[in-house]
Formats: sequence, structure tokens, C-alpha cells
Amino acid sequence: MHLKYESIIREALVDGNKDYHQVTQDICAPIENKPTKQWYIGFWLSFSLLMFGVFSVAWEVYWGTGVWNLNRTIGWGWDITNFVWWVGIGHAGTLISAILLLFRQGWRTGVNRAAEAMTIFAVMCAGQFPIWHMGRVWDAFFVLPYGNTRGPIWTNFVSPLLWDVFAISTYFTVSLLFWYSGLIPDFATIRDRAKTKFRKMAYGFASFGWTGSAKHWQRHEMLSLVLAGLSTPLVLSVHTIVSFDFATSVIPGWHTTIFPPYFVAGAVFSGFAMVQTLLIITRKVLKLEDYITIGHLEAMNKVIVLTGSIVGVAYLTELFIAFYSGVLWEQEAFRLRVLGPYWWAYWAMMTCNVVSPQLFWFKKLRRNVWFTFFMSIIVNIGMWFERFVIIMSLHRDYLPSSWSYYTPSWPEVGFYLGSFGLFFTCFFLFVKYFPVIAIAEIKFVLKTSGENFKKKMTKYEEQSDEHFYEEQSHHH
Amino acid sequence: MSIKKFAVAVYDDEAVLFPAVKKVRKAGYKIHDVYTPFAVHGLDVALGEKESDLHVAGFIYGITGTSTALGFMGWIYTTDWPQNFGGKPFFPLPAFIPITFELTVLFAAVGMVLTFCYLNQIMPGVKKHIFDKRQTDDKFVMAIEVNEENAAETEAFLKSTGAEETNIQIAESEWWYGRFDKKEEYEIQQQLV
Repeated sequence: MHLKYESIIREALVDGNKDYHQVTQDICAPIENKPTKQWYIGFWLSFSLLMFGVFSVAWEVYWGTGVWNLNRTIGWGWDITNFVWWVGIGHAGTLISAILLLFRQGWRTGVNRAAEAMTIFAVMCAGQFPIWHMGRVWDAFFVLPYGNTRGPIWTNFVSPLLWDVFAISTYFTVSLLFWYSGLIPDFATIRDRAKTKFRKMAYGFASFGWTGSAKHWQRHEMLSLVLAGLSTPLVLSVHTIVSFDFATSVIPGWHTTIFPPYFVAGAVFSGFAMVQTLLIITRKVLKLEDYITIGHLEAMNKVIVLTGSIVGVAYLTELFIAFYSGVLWEQEAFRLRVLGPYWWAYWAMMTCNVVSPQLFWFKKLRRNVWFTFFMSIIVNIGMWFERFVIIMSLHRDYLPSSWSYYTPSWPEVGFYLGSFGLFFTCFFLFVKYFPVIAIAEIKFVLKTSGENFKKKMTKYEEQSDEHFYEEQSHHH
Repeated sequence: MSIKKFAVAVYDDEAVLFPAVKKVRKAGYKIHDVYTPFAVHGLDVALGEKESDLHVAGFIYGITGTSTALGFMGWIYTTDWPQNFGGKPFFPLPAFIPITFELTVLFAAVGMVLTFCYLNQIMPGVKKHIFDKRQTDDKFVMAIEVNEENAAETEAFLKSTGAEETNIQIAESEWWYGRFDKKEEYEIQQQLV
């Protein structure tokens, strides 16, 4: 009998008849084989989107931020919407890798590598928006706290915008370290299997000379645990700080204490949706259905319905508090959100985020791959609209003569499309050159949670307690 | 560089490895190292390894981050360039919390990862001897340092502990800068023998 035992009532995390070698074989296959035609099409499509993004941004840098349709009341448009949207998407990766590690959720092992990669790429995309919004982007280093040459004038440490700089850069760095420390042993696996000279060299370099020594593994476990402990409050702090960008300003509709938890829930919500979108395609194309099972998708759908409901409660609370506050400006801001010129955005948000995810209460729908894929797109559309709705609160300020209606110009749309290009270009390279599933972690849970190993447990499950105890105690 | 001789045993399963480790240690052999494809819980205890103190290092780095952030912002706002923001205090502690927290996490994480790499002696460009290529795939490998006299006897003992395969290897026991696509001098000589 294996050293650890898990009841067969729990769904298997790895399907099929697997042993350690088979796991290595399956997960390394996409790296060692030539990419498929679909991969080439996807990659070049993403790359051309990225190039269009580069062109749009170059246009904006050359002519200045004036080419964006921002105006007097709407100083923030698509740009900041996309920033918050991408940062939010990143949150699911850290949630899966850190919080679920602390909660000892075995199913995270199948999806954490890809989800963390998604986090890193999403944060990279998010970072582009504030940077290029600066206009004079060559002065971007002004956000760093250095004593400049015009006297000891420092950055404003009490501004949420500077907190953002620290939060996002810390988040990116810590996620990257966490992700890479998990990748080191897996790169060593690929290195030792490598047939080609180049692969031996490249993965040898990337694996830092990892051998798999028992002492190293012990430190590795400790490192993962502490990094998870650090990332958990970090991920909550990041979107809290992003929400402070709005909540600390004295703008009706923004100046609320509900923002931090509401933003964090929304971030997890959209992040899980993006993980679903990516993994449903990845598991199919790379034939990893045994590792990313329907059970995994269902677990994530449960998180989606939970966080979607939290977001829904937050929307309703906002409306109620606006009414209950008795503040005219607050009431008007919310009336305009629901019934004003941007009513369509508000109702798109409500439908996509609050109403439709409730369908996930049905087990049949939670376990339906096509429905999950469809819903994952819907949720991300909804979450984009959420940020858009919040930011469009600016369209009517205290002075009716400056009221306006904002639509993006082509460089803004191009920039957004370009961020998709960046994200998917990175993701396509990731699925080709990186182990998409944490090989070592799957092996760790294989004998307790693999389908074929679980089946062997039936005879123990059927034994009486006394009989089991007697039989097992003879071993020692 | 220190090239040594090792008796190497390859085990098929961790359930075989654990009793083997017990037997080898009981017989008085000093295990050079055990290599596994994934973290085998309890193996460190079985080998008599101390618990890692990496988390203590992490705590110290974290505290360093906290004091760096608070000290730096405090010095700037009270001494170097005090500014009046709407009559608020020069040392607004609540407003310093976000950056202080972020730097705490950043210092702890970066410091711990660097310490981890230093302790394990791993780095891009570092090469170490791999006793068996399958030790990162599906096998569990134990290495014991031997000399001319006890080599055969040790190998035989390892075989008796349930090892699937055993062999004697000449290997570099430390790390060195090298590329994994190139064979080292000692490996080529060994092959000729």
C-alpha cells in the first residue's frame, strides 16, 4: 500500500493508467515534438495582433496621447479599463498556486503551471497601459523613487498611483520567482530526456543544474510553502491597491469602502474565466485531458459561481448604499450608470457577471466543456464592462457644459488588441517550450489521486476498521 | 574539483526506497545523496536531515523590507523634504502601509529565492553530475561514496536492499560551470574503461 491514502469517493485528479514515466512522457511530448499546424496559425495570428498593437502604440507615442479620444471629463478611458481588466485576470493564477496550496487543494497541481504563466503574461499586458498612457514614455522612470537632479524631490509616497507601481512590480516579480522555482525541477526532467544538442544546452541552462537531491527538495518544499504564504496576502493587496486608484478619489460612484473586496472578488472571477478559456483549448490541442479533467473544470466553475455571486451582491449593495446615503451626487451617478447614456454597458455587465454565471449551479452545466468555454468568454466580457462602467462614471461631472460621450479611437482599440497579441504570443511560446503541467507535482499526487492507483484502494475501502488496522500494523 | 568513486543504486518506487534507506543507514554506510524525481515527503527525515531554516531567512529578509520601506519614506517625509499634503501629518503611517507591505513581500521573496539557489548551489550555467538520467523522470537514485576496497561489497549490499540496478561510477561530487550538451573529461575516460 502506498504511504498516503485518499478515499475513492474523491474524484481522481489524473485519469487513465499512468505511472511516473508515463506522466513525464505525456507532458514532455508537446515540447519534444514539432508544433502542429494549429500552433503555427495561432502563433502568427497572435504575433500579427501584437505588431498591430506596436504600431498603434508607436502612433500614440509619436503624436502624443491626444490621438486617444480622452476628453475633459473622461481622463481615463479604455486604457485604464484594460489595465484593471488584465491585472484582474492575473489574480486567478496566484490564487490557484498560492491560496489553494495553503488550503491543500490537490486539484491545483493540474492547472497551476499554466495559470501562473497566465498571471505573468496578464501582468505584463496590464503594465503596458499605465506606461504608454504617460505620453512622454521616455520619462517613465520618474515613477521610481530616486532623488532627481533638480533637488531632492521624491515621488509621492501617499498616492495610490505610486502604490500601484510598487504593487504591480512586486506582484510581477514574486509571481515570476514562484513560477520559475517550480519550473526548475521540470526543466531538469526535460534536460535529462533531451535528444538534441540544443535542447540539452538550453534546458541545462534553464534548470540551473538541478539534480533532485533530497535536501534540495526539502528546501524546495519550504520555499514553495513560504512563497505561497507571501503571495496570498500579496494577491489580495494588489487588487485592493488597484481599487484605491478609484476609491481614494472624491468622485461620486468611486469613493466607496466596498471597492477593495469587490475588486478582488471580481479579479478572481475574471481570472478563473480566463484560465478556463486557455485550458479548455490547451488540454484539447496538447491532448492533456487526463491531467486537466472535467473535475478540474468543475472545481473552477464552482469558484466562478461563488465569486460571480459576490460581485453580484457588491453591485446591489452599491445601488442600495447610493440610495440610502441620501447624497444627491451619489444617487445621480448610479442613476446614470443604470439608465444613463452608458446603460448598455451596465446591463451587459449585469447580464454577463451576475445573471448568466448562476447557471453554474447546475452540475450538468458545470461539467459541460462547451458550455464552460462559452461562459468563460461571457464572464470576461462582463468583467471588462464592469471596469468600463466604473470608469465611465466620469462622463458627467458637476458642470453640465463639459458633459460628454466617449468612444475610443483606433489607436486605443489597436492598443487593446495588441495586448491580446502580446498575451497570446507569450502563451503560445509557453505551451511549446515549457512544461504546461507541473510534472513533479503531478507525480507527487499520482499515487494518491491517480485513477489507476485509486482503484487499487477499493479492497481497503471495503475492509472493516479493525481488519484494516490489524493488517497494516503487521507491516511495522 | 574532486572526482570520487560512488556506488549507485537505482530504485523503482519510493515504497522500496524508504526501507532501503533505513537498511543502508543501519548498516553504517554514509549516504552521499538520494535523488528523486519529485519531493518525497518524509525522505529528509529518513535520511536524518535537519529541517530547513529557509523560512527563518525569509522572515529576516521580510523584516529588512519593512524597515527599509518605513525608514526610507519616513526619512524623506520628515527630514529630507517634508511636504504638507492638506495639513496631514508628516509621517502618515496608514498611507505608508501599502508600500511597506509590498516591500516586505518583495524582499522576503527575492531574498529567499537567492538563498535557496545559494544553499543548493544552483545557478544558470551550473552543471552537476547526474548519476542516472532517469532520476528526474521515474527512478529513485542513491549514491554512496566508496574507495577501491569497499566498492564491490557496497554495491552488493545496495543490490540486497531491493535496488533495481546498481553500478560503480567515477563522478565529480561538486558543481562546476559547464554545459549539459558536452561530456566532461572524466565521463569520457570512464566510458573508455
